[in-house]
Amino acid sequence: MTAETLLKVEGVETFYGNIRALAGVDVEVKKGEIVSLIGANGAGKSTLMMTICGSPQARTGKVIFEGQDITHMPTHEIARLRIAQSPEGRRIFPRMTVYENLQMGASLDNQKFFNEDVEKMFTLFPRLKERQFQRGGTLSGGEQQMLAIARALMARPKLLMLDEPSLGLAPLVSKQIFAAIKLLNEQQGLTVFLVEQNAFAALKLSHRAYVLVNGSITMSGSGSELLANPEVRAAYLEGGAH
Amino acid sequence: MATVTNPSTASTGSLTAKALREATFTAVMTFLMFVLFVGLKTDQNMRNELILVPRWGLLAIFVIIAFVGRFAMVAWLQPWRTARKAAKDAAPAQTTDAGFVKRNFSKLAILALVLYPPIILSLFGAQGSLKYIDNFGIQILIYVMLAWGLNIVVGLAGLLDLGYVAFYAVGAYSYALLSINFGFSFWILLPLAGILSAFWGIILGFPVLRLKGDYLAIVTLAFGEIIRLVLINWQDVTQGTFGISGIPKITLFGIPFDASPHGFAKIFNLPMSSAYYKVFLFYLILLLCLLTAFVTIRLRRLPIGRAWEALREDEIACRSLGINTVTTKLTAFAIGAMFGGFAGSFFAARQGFVSPESFVFLESAVILSIVVLGGMGSLTGIAIAAIAMVGGTELLREMDFLKHIFGPDFTPELYRMLIFGLAMITMMLVRPRGFVGSREPTAFLFERKNVSGSFTKEGHG
Ligand SMILES: Nc1ncnc2c1ncn2[C@@H]1O[C@H](COP(=O)(O)OP(=O)(O)OP(=O)(O)O)[C@@H](O)[C@H]1O
Ligand SMILES: [Mg+2]
Repeated sequence: MTAETLLKVEGVETFYGNIRALAGVDVEVKKGEIVSLIGANGAGKSTLMMTICGSPQARTGKVIFEGQDITHMPTHEIARLRIAQSPEGRRIFPRMTVYENLQMGASLDNQKFFNEDVEKMFTLFPRLKERQFQRGGTLSGGEQQMLAIARALMARPKLLMLDEPSLGLAPLVSKQIFAAIKLLNEQQGLTVFLVEQNAFAALKLSHRAYVLVNGSITMSGSGSELLANPEVRAAYLEGGAH
Repeated sequence: MATVTNPSTASTGSLTAKALREATFTAVMTFLMFVLFVGLKTDQNMRNELILVPRWGLLAIFVIIAFVGRFAMVAWLQPWRTARKAAKDAAPAQTTDAGFVKRNFSKLAILALVLYPPIILSLFGAQGSLKYIDNFGIQILIYVMLAWGLNIVVGLAGLLDLGYVAFYAVGAYSYALLSINFGFSFWILLPLAGILSAFWGIILGFPVLRLKGDYLAIVTLAFGEIIRLVLINWQDVTQGTFGISGIPKITLFGIPFDASPHGFAKIFNLPMSSAYYKVFLFYLILLLCLLTAFVTIRLRRLPIGRAWEALREDEIACRSLGINTVTTKLTAFAIGAMFGGFAGSFFAARQGFVSPESFVFLESAVILSIVVLGGMGSLTGIAIAAIAMVGGTELLREMDFLKHIFGPDFTPELYRMLIFGLAMITMMLVRPRGFVGSREPTAFLFERKNVSGSFTKEGHG
């Protein structure tokens, strides 16, 4: 692979008080890749994603984005480097309309590309267009997920991080979401860092993947390699939807 | 029962019976609740002994009110409301075109306010109009302005501030002290008082940046008390509880409102009357209110206003979208405080006297309850709430006839908190989101649509 590195996580340890949630994690995401992170509940996946965003900050180790050390930057400044995320639990603004939520996503550019981008989002997720004047809090779970992703995309990110985009969604809807991610990656070369419980779908979609167990990376490789790996199959895929 | 009876004719009898039953129950409860508080009163007799004075008549009035009220509620009001609701549901969902009044509500309201002083003057004459322009007009508008200012902090940014009166005090004392000691005019001190209050808003903002909800409320409450205690104890400057009197009046661009040869009345060849000053003050506070509303409406459409609203909903999401939550919070505190400061300096100029008495916690509570009653964030709702609450208090003062019912030492205005309490409870039961419980979206592509408050999750934020 010759593509240049976009994000590099080196030996990161993150603590909640005295509890060590990440025990020296190394992850690399290259430009134009879809990289996914799988692992059991409580493995530290969301923690890793939030550490990249600077809340909480890593106690040791480094987070490097485009060659710049962002380990100790405040969250909003990290976001201004165009790292967008759809956090765990979606966190859309419930009392604002869909349209206003999208406006909030475009805070960085002061609405310069707003009209153009909002049309793109409505083409990507036609459901949001139908619901644009509805309040975010009244959307269905799937629609909220679409909104969370669309809001993150409104920032024109260089790196899009998604925490469990398929959580709580009907299989068909989560398929739509994964298809949308794939489309963005293939058409616009969007780099995606994906945290997923649905290991099968995530691995099928990704170029590369990491397995996180108790705060440490235990395995990594291409999506198809991990899909074929008997240990991964036993731990994350057996009994799952194939 | 297996049969489903239609409650139209068959159940009228049972409805009355039910109403009677519930009314009796309510009356008994009322009796039990009030028998010791209202029915018996402790007093001292000539020999300084504690005696019990029975007030059975008063107690009977309470019980009867409860009985009749509950009966009316169950027998007439509830069936009427369900019937109306059913009729509404049955009617085809038509897009109700808002009436002329509704569409132009704010324009009409402003017009009415502009015409208010001349109408009152012509109706009651210069002397008779004072009460209406001063007590009902200016007094209410001051609270409208304060509530709109607090609305930026509480309603938009979602930061529960229980010490808002502190900024009102800073504004009032800034004007009082600077005008007396340095002779600056109101027009210079108005912006200055606003800036000073904004500065104190930031001072308060810094330590509470990390706090939310209950904790924030407690710290802001303490802040309000600290400011008041400083005003009481820093006697060299503030003259403590005596307060500062003889604060200069406002001039109309240099024209004073007094009997002097260059006074307002002489220049315009009018008979001398204090009514002109009051009318002038009325228009001034009206202007200040409009300024507050204008700034609020403009800010809501700008990134900073949107950031406030987003902050109220989800702070973590805000940060991850690149919004600096620190500056967002501080600007909300500062701008809210600034309007409190404007209102404060106006208050000082109008009263001619300030003392720490005017800036007690109760004032913060009143302003906050106006914001809450008005439906957090809705300017119209807040204005209506201010009129109802402050106007209601002023009305109580007028109700001398109550003395004939409750005896000569009955002072109606002491019961204003009762009105507040009743209004709050009624509102929370009838319209839990305030008078105007819908939030107008700031963004729309093709047409403007109101999103009703009832669609959103209860108790969020
Ligand atoms: N705010 C917090 N304070 C203390 N401990 C926390 C906090 N957040 C997470 N943890 C702990 O850190 C560990 C990792 O949590 P994390 O949320 O990263 O897991 P996850 O891999 O995202 O799990 P899931 O798949 O269930 O979302 C867990 O043991 C959790 O209890
Ligand atoms: Mg998680």
